[in-house]
Amino acid sequence: MRLAFVLSCALATGLAALGGCKKDGGSSGNPAVVKIVSSLPRTGSANAQTTTIVNGIKMAIEEIGGKVGDFTIVYEDWDDATAKKGDWDPEQEKQNADKAAADPDILAYIGTYNSGAAKIAMPKLNQANVSMISPANTYTGLTKPGKGEPDEPGVYRPSGKVSYFRVVPADDIQGPAAAKWIKEMGGKSVYVLDDRGLYGKGLADLVEATAPDVGLTVLGHEGIDPKAQEYRSLMTKIKALAPDAIYFGGTTQTNAGQLVKDMVAVGLEAKFVVPDGCYENAFITAAGADNANGRVFITFGGVAPEKLTGKGAEFVAAYQKKYGTMPEAYALYGYASARVVLDALKRAGKKDREALRVAIGAYKDEDGPLGTWSFDENGDTTLLLMSGNTVKDGKFEFVKRLDQ
Amino acid sequence: MELLLQQVVIGLTNGMVFALIALGYTMVYGILELINFAHGDLFMLAAFFALTLIGALGVDAMAGPGLYFALFGVVAATAVFAGGLNWTVDRVVYRRLRGARKLAPLVSAIGVSFIFQNIGLFWGGAPMEVFGGGTAAAAPKAFPDLLPTDNLFGLGGLHFTLKDLVVVVSSVVVMSVLFGLVRYTRLGKAMRATAQNPVAARLMGIDVDRIIGATFLIGGALAGFAAVIYGLYINTIHYQIGYQNGLYAFTAAVLGGIGSIPGAVLGGLVIGVVRAISDQAIGAEWQPAVLFSILIVILVFRPTGLLGSTAREKV
Repeated sequence: MRLAFVLSCALATGLAALGGCKKDGGSSGNPAVVKIVSSLPRTGSANAQTTTIVNGIKMAIEEIGGKVGDFTIVYEDWDDATAKKGDWDPEQEKQNADKAAADPDILAYIGTYNSGAAKIAMPKLNQANVSMISPANTYTGLTKPGKGEPDEPGVYRPSGKVSYFRVVPADDIQGPAAAKWIKEMGGKSVYVLDDRGLYGKGLADLVEATAPDVGLTVLGHEGIDPKAQEYRSLMTKIKALAPDAIYFGGTTQTNAGQLVKDMVAVGLEAKFVVPDGCYENAFITAAGADNANGRVFITFGGVAPEKLTGKGAEFVAAYQKKYGTMPEAYALYGYASARVVLDALKRAGKKDREALRVAIGAYKDEDGPLGTWSFDENGDTTLLLMSGNTVKDGKFEFVKRLDQ
Repeated sequence: MELLLQQVVIGLTNGMVFALIALGYTMVYGILELINFAHGDLFMLAAFFALTLIGALGVDAMAGPGLYFALFGVVAATAVFAGGLNWTVDRVVYRRLRGARKLAPLVSAIGVSFIFQNIGLFWGGAPMEVFGGGTAAAAPKAFPDLLPTDNLFGLGGLHFTLKDLVVVVSSVVVMSVLFGLVRYTRLGKAMRATAQNPVAARLMGIDVDRIIGATFLIGGALAGFAAVIYGLYINTIHYQIGYQNGLYAFTAAVLGGIGSIPGAVLGGLVIGVVRAISDQAIGAEWQPAVLFSILIVILVFRPTGLLGSTAREKV
């Protein structure tokens, strides 16, 4: 049916018209179907974390019976990682964004996991007016003017509209919270490392910038090669400076686990503080439970699944019943992202990218699984949740709230 | 000063592992003029094999003399596995391309490298305790820390553990055996003859194909040994370690003069030390840049590498 339509179009007016047909494609495609896609690193070590995000999305869709009004919701789980890289791949993310922009049935794009990937998808989807909701991006410059590069976030919004939203608190809360927490735990000095990625370096810079304000001495700041085999020389150098804590802006995928192993191997005694990119069980496995126990401290924009209350606890219970395991930390944000889209579609009442974008911007959650929150004018969540966690007996353990 | 010494010690220990892998590259190149790109990934598969064996036999739960006995068994089995695999690849792929243009085996080697990497990716998903239950195939796997980590110099001062010592001593022993083999045995003589001139070697009655097969077998066994040592020393393996370590090892082989066995060892040690000193003096982010700049400078002044000979010219 659809093929016939495209063909006739092409035959009648030549190839140039093919583009034209696609362009006003808002009304083409299948009028009874609204597609939601997610673009997350499914190949590679982030897989465990992204699987629970995808499960969260699926649960939100099943909850409403897979239908909003007369529309059938079709969900597709896309991968933005490749086996070759073992992590998200810029080329793959670009392809995903282009594919989503070109498919008139796709109204919402849940993703990305990595802030660097968001940078690629955002302008493309913004131009096509596809709403993008991230369950995990925390790099500040993606949304907040004056907090990243000078041309951010305008460069991600070529249409001038805000079409990117995120349900997790950004790093301008997480970075300073980490610095403050190190000080609270009795630390006087910190050595800052980062993985030279958008997310990791952004956070490390924030920690370095905030440290003097909270009375913390920064002994050094350098980037690592996240593909290196080991970091014993680096750790030996740091050991000579005897810092109370090491802050690493990076993720499990950028070798946080090996850093922990090597600091233990050279006999460096210090706290190892990492951001939410390491808040997954794969990190404990990579570092080795014995090495991580009591040494590793993790900040996370939210609270651990087992500490949730109200609707959040209900979600965790339902998740455990359905999948038989405890969700990883980001599952709730996957669930929340899908809820935002479904609720907005219901309010918009029509299959229209612009109407959905406006409806998402106006989303308000009262007593939802994440609490009471909405989006501000930049597309950021108004939620300021931040927790400090550690590892005990090979498991994450909640220590305290850092946002209060 | 002490810090510098410490870094040199770390560099030399790391360099041993690079050197072990580099030997496999250099031996095959010396005899076939083939850069066996799959060698790094063979090393990776060997590491997976060793971890599987450790998990299956419960070696990680052992202690005392039993542990060392078991580890010795793991090393031997892994060496046999990797040597056999390398020999098989030569038999099945490269041997058929012996008469073909140089690019054909080279491209095939890249192909084999990809196949190995994907096998590693599958293998990582094995439903075993040691692979984290197999839920995340590509995630880094923890290789158990089985060697004692007591500092030989007591508290403070130089940090050199028993584990480091085991890495260094066992590598030196294996390398010495290899030197002896190539230098003093009939097989070694035949290998050197084949490397010098395959046609003449054949005319002298040397079964060139068998010698090449033996070279692959020995090079592979070295990669197997290196894989166990690497696992016990670094304690993390994943399906991409072949690429990373292969790159460094290949660089070591070129630096030392590809085709030269002492050159590969020297190249590995130089790379290890340069990495460590560069981390200390310049910064971790510059490590690859510093390393490869030095490589370029050395190759500009000594195009054949540190110990490479210019004697062998192919017409």
